Amino acid sequence: MKMIIAIIRPERLEPVQIELRKVLDENDTYRLTVQPVHGHGAQRGEVEYIRGQAVRPRLIPKLQLTIAVNDAYVQPAVDAIITGARTGGVGDGKVFVLPLDDVIRIRTGDRGGAAI
Amino acid sequence: MKELVQLFPAVLASDPPPSMPSIDSGGTAWMLMSSALVLIMVPGLALFYAGMVRKKNVLTTMMQSFVAMCVIGLQWVLIGYCLSFGKSVGGFIGFEWRLVGLHGVDWRAMVEGKGVPELVFVMFQGKFAIITPALIAGAVAERMKFSSYIVFIVLWTTLVYCPLAHWVWNPDGWLFKLGVLDFAGGTVVHISAGFSALVLALLIGRRRDYLPGVGGEGFAILPHNLTMTLLGAGLLWFGWFGFNAGSAVAVEFPVAGLSAGLAFATTQTAAAAAGLTWLVIEWRHQGKPTTLGLASGIVAGLVAITPGAGHVLPWSAVIIGVLASVVCYLGVRLKVRAGYDDSLDAFGVHGIGGLLGALLTGVFCVANTSNPGLVDGGWKQLALQCVGAGVGVLFSMLATLIIAAAIKAVMGLRVTDEQERVGLDTAVHGEHGYHMDVVS
Repeated sequence: MKMIIAIIRPERLEPVQIELRKVLDENDTYRLTVQPVHGHGAQRGEVEYIRGQAVRPRLIPKLQLTIAVNDAYVQPAVDAIITGARTGGVGDGKVFVLPLDDVIRIRTGDRGGAAI
Repeated sequence: MKELVQLFPAVLASDPPPSMPSIDSGGTAWMLMSSALVLIMVPGLALFYAGMVRKKNVLTTMMQSFVAMCVIGLQWVLIGYCLSFGKSVGGFIGFEWRLVGLHGVDWRAMVEGKGVPELVFVMFQGKFAIITPALIAGAVAERMKFSSYIVFIVLWTTLVYCPLAHWVWNPDGWLFKLGVLDFAGGTVVHISAGFSALVLALLIGRRRDYLPGVGGEGFAILPHNLTMTLLGAGLLWFGWFGFNAGSAVAVEFPVAGLSAGLAFATTQTAAAAAGLTWLVIEWRHQGKPTTLGLASGIVAGLVAITPGAGHVLPWSAVIIGVLASVVCYLGVRLKVRAGYDDSLDAFGVHGIGGLLGALLTGVFCVANTSNPGLVDGGWKQLALQCVGAGVGVLFSMLATLIIAAAIKAVMGLRVTDEQERVGLDTAVHGEHGYHMDVVS
């Protein structure tokens, strides 16, 4: 099991969801948590104009997706996120893949891969 | 009527109070309405300003406007009206014992020559006294100590606003007698508030997070909710009809209705021209037509037309509106060059716009003036306007410097660095503007 954390452009959420829906198991559909986040990387913030003065925010808004997947789905899910989120410009974001020790479904108490 | 007198002779014979001057019912009704309209500009200003600050300071910014309604609302009744509109002492200050706390004012008393009840006039003028110090708050937003702010606005209204209102608006005031025109408060309200705001901003210093622009890129303090600012600008525009067209009753009798119509038309026209001008300037200059730019232009136009609202014609109001946005657009950019933090452009819009309007009144005045404006080849009124504006600038800056320096020495002007970092809403008022966190 892996935990996939992806930081993407807010406007790319819908394409990413469409791609994920194609590759993740139908019964499993897909379980996705989305959080609005702010940060900075190589991309410079979008200039805003405040009473005629250019202002560049220090933090840029992004969305963070968190998805837990079984090993067979790691590569397809990562590929789907990249397909959906890539524009080719600076600021497309990153995908992190982390080991995942255990998963517990609160309602039933199921553990491990079955609970994902 | 004759039949009625025959039917109810006793009723009609008994009541008309002795030697009561005739009441101008239209003027009185409009002045009552206008007083309420000017009051709604204060919440309008609160929204206008609060949208431009960060969300941790939304309440404290609105509070600066709202508390003025209460503090100056009382100051005006206790002493403010007396100092401004009481019997003149040498043209410099008003005083009448009966006006202290209004304790000796007969509720049926009329204002001489205006046809309106004195209490209506007191209330109308009081609304101007409320909004003027609240305008200054924009220059010191997000960092001024609340207690010091209250002390400041009481002292400032008493020592700066009231004398200026007396000089310019009291028929025995020395600037009024000179012939300086200020229809609804270009000098008394906007120049005084704007230039005082500059002094206060310089004395209190920049916000801790304010980084003046380097290479065209400015500070990173962003407005938290411009929808509030737009609604505020709309309320200001709405209320400004009371401010300007209401002043027709205060200034001009017996042609109040005509002047009110003129002031109404010029107010609308100048605001529209100025809003559009600012929008176009930004669109050309920065590439995007911003809502804050439109709102700023509207307010700049309203400020600039204020002193001449009942003196100039609508076509002049178009020119005044266009120039207001051009000049104020440059004005608000000045602060980045100069490095001071006039946070919400109280000086850039009200100081500069008010000064421009006061001078342009001398150029375009044709109505309710004894001297022709520059458009008719007369220089005298323009010279008088320069005197009036110059006196307003110098007096308000000097007096504000003294008042603010005294407050700074005695109780300080700023919140602590930690309070500023946390935000004044929680640090000073113990509240959040928005509880939209994880749990509702």
